[in-house]
Amino acid sequence: MKKMISIFALLLFTFLAHAQDVTMADTMKENGKIYVVIAVILTILAGLVLYLFRLDRKISKLEKNK
Amino acid sequence: MRRSWWKILGVLLLVYTFIAGLLIEVPRNPQLQETIRNLFFHVCMWFGMMILFIVSFVRAIMYLRTNKHIHDIASRQYAGVGMLFGLLGYLTGAIWMSYTWIDSNKSVFNSFDTIAREPKLIGAAIALLVYAAYLVLRDSIQDIDKRARISAVYNIFAFAMLFPSIWIIPRLLDSLHPGGSEGNPALDPGSASANMRLVFYPAIAGWTLIGVWIATLKIRMKILYEQKLSQ
Repeated sequence: MKKMISIFALLLFTFLAHAQDVTMADTMKENGKIYVVIAVILTILAGLVLYLFRLDRKISKLEKNK
Repeated sequence: MRRSWWKILGVLLLVYTFIAGLLIEVPRNPQLQETIRNLFFHVCMWFGMMILFIVSFVRAIMYLRTNKHIHDIASRQYAGVGMLFGLLGYLTGAIWMSYTWIDSNKSVFNSFDTIAREPKLIGAAIALLVYAAYLVLRDSIQDIDKRARISAVYNIFAFAMLFPSIWIIPRLLDSLHPGGSEGNPALDPGSASANMRLVFYPAIAGWTLIGVWIATLKIRMKILYEQKLSQ
């Protein structure tokens, strides 16, 4: 019984250790630099959306003028 | 601006995708690591492409039933934006795989040798080429009515080709790409973590709405252009 528990504990431990082994961008989240990435991609998205909005407005104006 | 609430909804969903997609807790997968977040971008391109192709297919049928020119224009523009999404999906997939599928025991060139045999990649390439042929066929016919009818019929064929090339054959063969013989991880509620689904489904809706917006702009431009020509 004791043996089984220790084997189980060992398995659990290796599993947990393995789960923590996976390199993720933890440091990036800790020191907040991930927000820089978000700022950059949101700027790009904003630029593209602004472009689409302006295009939409221009087309609407053309449709009215005809 | 015409009927703009769904355009704003699409933009808001994408803003949410970009923020939450980078910040939420994702499963720690030793092979994917942080690249698992590409689910919100790469996979959504293919979902968007599929939805846009469905719209294009429906408009093609509507043209054949009614002979109204507007359906022909719409069918062509939805297919065009669908192809844009498909190409973006292919390109982003190429970037993603070169970091997760490369075999570190082999040279990059030899790893690529196995990657190039991937059934999903070949199937997607076939599907996109079939749609590329649609554009070529369309532009090679001068007569407007003939062009509309032939390209609508071809569009139905191209849509039918999507199913064996991207849905059936890659599912039957072993592949490094998820969604092979083991099922459909993107839509199976048990596969993706609950957290990821919270971003994934809104992301699909957001990207698709942006695609529809671009397509409607192109349709309206095309109509204006043809009115100008007929004046």
